[in-house]
Amino acid sequence: MKHYLIALYQPQGPAPEPEALQTIMDELGVLRRELESSGSWVFGDGLHDPSTATVLRPSEGRVLMTDGPFAEGKEHLGGFVILRAPDLDAALEWGRRYALATTLPVEVRPFATEGGR
Amino acid sequence: MAVLTRLAGDIGAAEEAVQEAFTVAAERWPRDGIPPGPAGWIITTARNKLIDRERREATRRGRHAEALLLHAPADAPEEGPVPDDRLRLIFTCCHPALAEPARIALTLRLLGGLTTGEIARAFLVSEATVAQRVVRAKGKIRDARIPYRVPSDADLPERLGSVLAVVHLIFNEGYLAGCGEPVRDELCAEAIRLGRLLAELMPDEPEVLGLLALMLLIHSRRAARVTPEGRLVLLADQDRALWDRDLIAEGQDLVRRCLRRDRPGPYQIQAAINAVHSDPPTDWRQVVRLYDLQMTLAPTPVVALHRAVAVAETDGPAVALALVDALALDGHHLFHAVRADLLRRLGRTADAAPAYEAALTRTENRAEQDLLRRRLTQVRPPE
Repeated sequence: MKHYLIALYQPQGPAPEPEALQTIMDELGVLRRELESSGSWVFGDGLHDPSTATVLRPSEGRVLMTDGPFAEGKEHLGGFVILRAPDLDAALEWGRRYALATTLPVEVRPFATEGGR
Repeated sequence: MAVLTRLAGDIGAAEEAVQEAFTVAAERWPRDGIPPGPAGWIITTARNKLIDRERREATRRGRHAEALLLHAPADAPEEGPVPDDRLRLIFTCCHPALAEPARIALTLRLLGGLTTGEIARAFLVSEATVAQRVVRAKGKIRDARIPYRVPSDADLPERLGSVLAVVHLIFNEGYLAGCGEPVRDELCAEAIRLGRLLAELMPDEPEVLGLLALMLLIHSRRAARVTPEGRLVLLADQDRALWDRDLIAEGQDLVRRCLRRDRPGPYQIQAAINAVHSDPPTDWRQVVRLYDLQMTLAPTPVVALHRAVAVAETDGPAVALALVDALALDGHHLFHAVRADLLRRLGRTADAAPAYEAALTRTENRAEQDLLRRRLTQVRPPE
């Protein structure tokens, strides 16, 4: 088994309308239960807005702290899921379902070391 | 390569093992004579090299790679419908998670047997670029664990589409090169070889047969299509004695086999259109009917453009021109070339000249440019 990151990218701006958001949350719940019951779920959650981020940069042995996200952009990392899958095809299938459920573009990326148990 | 990739589970390791096996062969064969089954000998030797290598690494890393290597792949159940190593390799090389240029380079390198230098020359990019594409693609296959298997039945149509598109792109690049030489035969030959391999491995997929038939029928006119001086000759003006009768017979036979299955697809229809052209005089009504079918399956402006060319033969250039003018294909050189020809046939030479010029600026292929220039001088003789 290998570990994959499913990163969800969302556009800047207000959250979807409450009803639309509820549908998305329901579908994410279904996906999470499926991942858990198949033993594929590792961790996942949504993130607070990028304005809540703090960046630390090493500089000449010290660390400088700045307010705000690492990179400003039209889209930002809105949340992520880490899952176990036998190969990329299986991970891409989960990624496809996350893209449909959230209506967001997702990035599927392998972790460097083997997943273990 | 395919057998060993499955055993090693890693393309790089398999390639190295094959290299080593050839090195051993170069030492031994001149001394001991060539063994009865040279290919089998290479595979066995490379396999032993792989096992040696895995043993060394297993010892070093304290892992049980050897046990995995010896037990897992040989007894693993076949996951796809067709248990063939080469087929698995094609599907891995053409995986949609890889960029298209990487799929093409990897397929030509691992299944076509072209060297990095040959691929670079064929696509007019630097050897370093091709090498980088191949290395990067292999790295992604390994690190993201792109599976080495034939996709399940549910995924097969989409994934097969990706494989066929790669083979078709290779053929087209050879047949109608984007720039420079009019035809690059080695790419056409390589695409046909891959098409034959696919048809042998997946004989029940009509689109596989359709693509092979399409390539064979187009390639049958190769000798008539370009003069020894490199001039392009249009279908109607070709010397049919130069057509390759064997390729035509094989292509038409494949088209008939496809038709019997009655599961039409874009490649089969293009092949059928070419089969009609291979039986002159061309039955243009039949061609228009086939394009109508193509429009229901893949309604693109380019298909509509080709359909209009056939309509010009059945209903006249004025009807065809109205169809062409409705298409949004300004960036496409063929759009302007077709418009120019229709205008010329309608006697509107003053309108045809700028259309030929527009087509000229949109193609880099020397033979096509030459043909367009000849037409341009017909409608506007040089002063």
